[in-house]
Parts: sequence; C-alpha cells; structure tokens
Amino acid sequence: MDRIPILRMGEFLLVTIQVDMHDQLALRLQDDLTQAIDANGTKGVLIDISALEMVDSFIGRMIADISGMARILDAKTVLVGMQPAVAITLVELGLSLPGVATALNVERGMQLLRHTRDEADADTALKR
Amino acid sequence: MPTLHSSGELPLKSEHDMVLGRQMVRRLAQEQGFSLVDQTKIVTAASELARNALIYGGGGMLKWEVLLDGLKRGVRLTFQDQGPGIANVELALTDGWTSGHGLGLGLSGARRLVDDFELDSVVGQGTRVTVTRWK
Amino acid sequence: MTVTKKTSISEALSKRRDDIESQWTGELKSSTSTSAKGRLTSAEVADQAKQFLDIFHPALQTLQLDDINGSEWLEVRAFLDELSKRRVLAGFSSDETAKFIFSLKRSLFDALKQEFSGDSIQLADGIWQVTVLLDNLGLHTIKSYQKAREDVINRQQEELLELSTPVVKIWEGILALPMIGTLDSARTQIVMESLLQRIVETEAQIAIIDITGVPTVDTLVAQHLLKTVTAIRLMGADCIISGVRPQIAQTIVHLGVDLQGVTTKANLADALSLALKRSGFSFSKH
Repeated sequence: MDRIPILRMGEFLLVTIQVDMHDQLALRLQDDLTQAIDANGTKGVLIDISALEMVDSFIGRMIADISGMARILDAKTVLVGMQPAVAITLVELGLSLPGVATALNVERGMQLLRHTRDEADADTALKR
Repeated sequence: MPTLHSSGELPLKSEHDMVLGRQMVRRLAQEQGFSLVDQTKIVTAASELARNALIYGGGGMLKWEVLLDGLKRGVRLTFQDQGPGIANVELALTDGWTSGHGLGLGLSGARRLVDDFELDSVVGQGTRVTVTRWK
Repeated sequence: MTVTKKTSISEALSKRRDDIESQWTGELKSSTSTSAKGRLTSAEVADQAKQFLDIFHPALQTLQLDDINGSEWLEVRAFLDELSKRRVLAGFSSDETAKFIFSLKRSLFDALKQEFSGDSIQLADGIWQVTVLLDNLGLHTIKSYQKAREDVINRQQEELLELSTPVVKIWEGILALPMIGTLDSARTQIVMESLLQRIVETEAQIAIIDITGVPTVDTLVAQHLLKTVTAIRLMGADCIISGVRPQIAQTIVHLGVDLQGVTTKANLADALSLALKRSGFSFSKH
C-alpha cells in the first residue's frame, strides 16, 4: 500500500507530492495528515509541489480540502514551489485556490508559517 | 484540410490507465514541439477529460491523433465513454473562471486550455469529447 | 499499364543515377542563385544533390507518385523542409530555393529520353509523371520556405517583445515590469511567462507591473492582468500594479472587473515604497 510520506520540519509538517495522484492516495494523504496534525499539535503544514509538472482540478481540490481541514484543526497550510507553466495553466483552468497561502519554496514557506505563529502568539499575549 | 499523421488508442478503465494516458499526451505534445506551457495545458485538459470518462462515464477510451494542416501540427484527443451522458450540456459548460467547482466536471476548464473543443452527449448512451491543440 | 510506366521511371533513375546526379549538380552549380553569389560551395551543392537523390530514389520505388503527402514521401518532405529552413537563414529567396527541385527536371527528362527512345507514348507519360511529381515537390518546398520564414520573423518579434518588455530587478527580491504600448493576448502571454520565469530564477518576493505606458485598458487587458497576478500569487510571490491612472480605474470599475484584492498604486515610486516596506526594509534620510 503506497502512501505519501509526511515529514517533520522543526515544528511543522512537510508533504512532498511527486507522483501522479489518484483518489485513494489523496484520501489516504488527507487521513494521514489530519491524524499527524492532531498527534503533533502542529500549527503549520507545508505542501511542496515543486516536482509536479501538472496540477488539474482534482489535485487542486485536494489541496484546497487539505487546507480547509488543517484550518479546522488550527493549523495553517502553505503551498510551495508551483512551477510557472503549472501556474499559468491553473489560472486558465479557472482555479485560483483562494483560501490557500503560497510561497516560492520550502524555506520561504517556513518563514511564513513562523511569522503567522508569532503573530498568533502575540495576539494571545495581548489578550491576557 | 488537416491530414492524419499518426494515431492510436488507449483504454481508460483504471487510475493507472489515466497515468499512462497523461504520459502519452505529454510525449505527443513534446514530440510535436509544443512549448512547455502548451504541453502543460493539453496534458491538464486530458487529465480532466480522462477523469470524467473514468469517474462519471464508467470508463472509456482515449483516441489520439497527430494532425498536419499545411505545415501546422496539432494533437487531437477524443474521450469516449458509454456512461449516463450529460443532461444539461449548457450548464456543464458555463462556469465562471474564478470558481473551481463546475459540477465537478472540469469541462469548461478543459475547454479553455485547448484550441478546438467538441462535445457530443446523449443521455443514457454516453459522452464524447474531442479537443485539439495546435502548434 | 500505369504500373509498368512507373516502374520504368524508377528503373531509368537506377540505371542512370550517376549521369542524373552529375548533370543536375552541374546545373545547380552553374545557376546564378548558388555558386555565383558564393553562398554555397561547390562541395555543398554536390553533397545536397547526392543526399536528395539517395532518398528520392527509394520514394520513387514505392510507385506512389501521385500524393507527395503520403508516408512514402515523408523523408523527402523532411529533407526539403530542412533545406528550406537553411536557405531562409542563409538569405536565399523562395524561388532560388525552389529551383533546387525544378532544376532536377532537365536531368530526369534526359534520362527518360534515353530510356524510352523508341516509345514516344511511354516517354510522354513518363515526362508528365515526372513533371507533376517535381511540381508538387517544388510547391512543397516553397510552402516550407514560407513557413520557415514566418518562424524566423515570429522569433524575431518575440525577441523584440522581450527586449521591449524587460523584467528588471530593482531591488533584492523585487522585480519590476514596465509595460509599454498596447497589450494584446499574444504579448501578454509571452510577458507573463517571462515574468514568472524570472520570479523563480531570482526568487523574488514581489513583482511590480507598471502600466503607466499602456494607453487603454479594456476588459481583455484587465483580464490578462488579473490572470498574471493570480499566477504570480499561486507561485508564492506578491504582485502590485502601478501606474493606474484615474481613467483606468474608472474603466475597470465600469467594466465590472473585480481585481480581487490586488494592490494598485498610482505610480512606480509608490509601488516600490510599498514593496520595500513589505519586504521589511526601512529607510531614513540624513
């Protein structure tokens, strides 16, 4: 049974999508990821698609769904590494992934997650 | 009048078939010298339509053709299934480009990614979608 | 009957291959379009003729002489396409290029005359077949030449386009794209692709698209801009549109185009200032 590995990057989780996704794999990923967010108390998830040469509406929906689920579990999702040709095609296809944060690469993605976490902490501190 | 240079067929009966189909379309587009963006567009359109045929059409067939029109080269893909057919074609095709959920059919999106688009569907009999991208 | 004749043309060529080749090469060399202008050396001319005949003969042997678009003539067509391309780049005209084929007629006719010296009907038919065949190949060569010419022009236009729409790195992590002139679909595509590519290459965080130099913004242009901005965002960078004049702002609103939270600034300076602030820079004046 193949599944997409979920790695720990510091306090965040990293998922690297490299293979052709299909229904079962996508569902398994969502399952594994939500479990992992819960188990680790993670506040941030990075989805690396720099290896994907094509993203269709199925994968787009999967990413949006993951982002939604993570949000409910109080974690932020950042999509990183989209290739230019893929970005152009996605836009033409009609997908803009409005609820999903993006970054150029994993490093920037982590910066973004840390920044968001810091802001959240500052918020909490203020409220006390 | 476009002439046929080469053609072939692939079944679309499983997820694995879809992967093979995508790879075939990518290869065809590369061989015909499409730019990277144009390759990506036709492969993505193929992915949408293959998924439709498989998931909504109960499985089907992909026929590919390389066409020559004068010195223009084109790749034509025909997706055929014997599924339930599309009841309201107009509705399936009209989808604002900002929304991402067009009845889950991805048809309107695929249409934007290709040059020529033809849809034939009979309720209870099946659907055939033919798309062409020219270099 | 027809089959016999076609076999005969092919036979005539096999038997007299060397004569045909040397006669044709001689004619090519002496024609003013080649050696006199010195663009092709004698050796090159001879070589091209030889290579052509090497693939011309097998095609003739298939006995399918009517349709040069069939698979039997694939190699010959490919050879002529390549020849046309090279001639375009070398500065030959279309008729000079087509003469490569047309000048072959003479030597083929002579070969046929010798082969069918006693049979005027077969000779006439043979000459007709060869004429039609070479005319078709000659026309294909001209079409090929024209397409190659168009490709060169298009490529030059693209390069001009890139030159006239340079993507400039105006600060660490900040790119600027000053657009000048009318924006059409083709141009916007090329510009979009090159901008996205540069963002990846320079790992830029912010791209400023300046449209001060764009005279009119209609729905299409606005949509193109919007697509570009969306694509940039999907890749993980930010985009600011500057140079939005009051007229353009009105047009956009009247057209009902929703810029979806795209930041716009009146001029490049303001855009840069915002970009720097977002990047975490602060400046003080002494």
